[in-house]
Amino acid sequence: MDEQLSYLGVPLIRPRVGFFELSSCEGCQLQLLNNEATLLDFLNLVEIVNFREGMSERGDTYDIAFVEGSVTRKDEIARLTEIRKNAKILVALGSCACFGGVNQLKNRFRDPDWVKKEVYGDFPIETMEAHPLADFVQVDLSIFGCPIKKEEVERIVTDLVVGKTVHHPEYPVCMECKANENICLFELGEPCLGPVTRAGCDAWCTSNRRGCWGCRGPAEAANLKQLEEIMHTYGFDRETILDRLECFGGFASFADTIRAQAKKSPARRKKS
Amino acid sequence: MKLSCEVNVHHLTRVEGHGNISISIKNGVVKKAQWQVVETPRFFEAMLVGKHWENAPYICGRICGICSIGHTLASIRAVENAFGITPSAQTANLRLLLKHMETLQSHILHLYFLAAPDFLGAGSVLPLAKSHPEVVQRALRLKLLANDACDIIGGRRLHPTRTVVGGFTMLPEKGELEKIRQRLLASVPDLLASAELFKTFAIPDFSRETEFVSLKGDTSYPFIGGGLVSTDGVLKKERDYRAMTNEYCAEGFTSKLSKLSRASFAVGALARLNNNFTLLHATAREISKFLGLLPVNHNPYMANVAQLVECVQVTLDSVRLIDTLLGAPWQEPRQPVQAKKGEGVGAVEVPRGILYHYYKFDSRGKVIKADCVIPTSQNHANILRDIEALASQYARTGKKDREIELLAEMLVRAYDPCISCSVH
Repeated sequence: MDEQLSYLGVPLIRPRVGFFELSSCEGCQLQLLNNEATLLDFLNLVEIVNFREGMSERGDTYDIAFVEGSVTRKDEIARLTEIRKNAKILVALGSCACFGGVNQLKNRFRDPDWVKKEVYGDFPIETMEAHPLADFVQVDLSIFGCPIKKEEVERIVTDLVVGKTVHHPEYPVCMECKANENICLFELGEPCLGPVTRAGCDAWCTSNRRGCWGCRGPAEAANLKQLEEIMHTYGFDRETILDRLECFGGFASFADTIRAQAKKSPARRKKS
Repeated sequence: MKLSCEVNVHHLTRVEGHGNISISIKNGVVKKAQWQVVETPRFFEAMLVGKHWENAPYICGRICGICSIGHTLASIRAVENAFGITPSAQTANLRLLLKHMETLQSHILHLYFLAAPDFLGAGSVLPLAKSHPEVVQRALRLKLLANDACDIIGGRRLHPTRTVVGGFTMLPEKGELEKIRQRLLASVPDLLASAELFKTFAIPDFSRETEFVSLKGDTSYPFIGGGLVSTDGVLKKERDYRAMTNEYCAEGFTSKLSKLSRASFAVGALARLNNNFTLLHATAREISKFLGLLPVNHNPYMANVAQLVECVQVTLDSVRLIDTLLGAPWQEPRQPVQAKKGEGVGAVEVPRGILYHYYKFDSRGKVIKADCVIPTSQNHANILRDIEALASQYARTGKKDREIELLAEMLVRAYDPCISCSVH
């Protein structure tokens, strides 16, 4: 694994890479180990200096830090700040890091104490609202998805290593779904955020006849008003749209708008 | 001889999530032996409140990045039990097959990537790719097979897409299942080679009498639903899971803890095997004997061996399931769902032990209450007791700090803890 790599005859430096996790399921990191067929090739491309979930050795100097998870406790702000200091490039890995992910679903309750009590009763437990990384540090690159798609990560890491600019698709999942020749899920009676969600997953869920829940956040110029009309046409109510828009945090502002329209969402709890 | 030792492991590596070990021995006397869980809580049980039932499996599958399939299936089972839905035989077989393939991929990940480096004197699997290339290639082959099968049946290996209340959104191609069947049969030599490899590993000589809790199989080695059993003779119904788990909070743990007949109990592959040994496939039983694992075994390090035995079990049982599925024409993938007021429990044996999801719904099918009891949270108190016993056993031997540290790390790793899952 130590041979000199080159690209078009130009020698490449294997970047030192660290993987870190804040509040998360750690599934995005595991997706990298789920790259069985290409794992050894991938490992050849980078020098992993920190990957707590997979190795005991730890190093604190790295070129690229991949950070999974959202910030939900004060000590995670300090950890994240430290990682930012050590890294040349900080990558938000997965929807929790990019948008808060499913963790931010607890933010929709007005009373944070109720949230704590519902799970821990009177036992004291420290937490705060779930935040994406960018609320505290500069994020150089975002890799969307819950989970991230391993092929996309490999492509992005390869681009980083050879010094290419990383571009995300601007069009929505709908485009990829059509290219895969799927029957439109609306026609099958399944609600879907494919028309407004950023592509790049190759219509992962919709190709499996599961409607898109928007884990990758909005596409450029996503037309939410039109989505609402489509949903309405096919007989889906506001709650069905909201469930999907608020699930991963990427559509947080749109979800807020819909909640405001509904004036008093049943999901919001008042202080008792 | 100096009989003092200081071990402080902050954020133990090669486990899922964040936990700390600290041991302090002074002149042969254990002053401190701790297992702490410092993971940030995520509040899934609160998140679900007010949500429509279809959100539950979709969101709760995301509690865990390793056993997302198990969480999804436990969640679906709880919803179906609440609504009085019985899955079709086809759905039940496909779910069990999917479950088996997750068990295989998770166990292989743990055995080869997380546990084996300790026995082979490495810090991770990375140097093993050089020193033991055939071992790493074998692990990757087995894991790839299991993950490919999860893709084909569940739509995705992590956070499955096709698994829904009522069945599946779509079915696999029969030709794809046939290919998986052939690959499963071809993987048997790899599993036997794995058994030969683990036979050479020096399993630490340590044992502490423990109560083991799992599902109780009737006619087959259990994975999805059924009665609950403990080696201390406790028997409960699935819906009475609370009386089996008795969750409580304690200082030093952001996870909840559990107890039953004693101060702690253990769940996982070793518990399943201890309670259901006679229901193993004959070949799996032979391999268990070959590796010196007979019930009831109280050495927590043998959990690694139990996982290997289960890899054989699920591989052979998957072949049987695929034969059954291929032997009949495909039925409708999904049955209609009618929500109703009520509550339901789903108990599923996920790789790290028995997992329970519970939901209570109002008449519109909205979640009023959610409760998830995770295998690793059930194991935490037992891990703590084991570390205390381990420290006492070795306090008198004058082992070096690093040796005790490694034994303690290996002990925690043997439980294959999913800490972030336990603090969901």
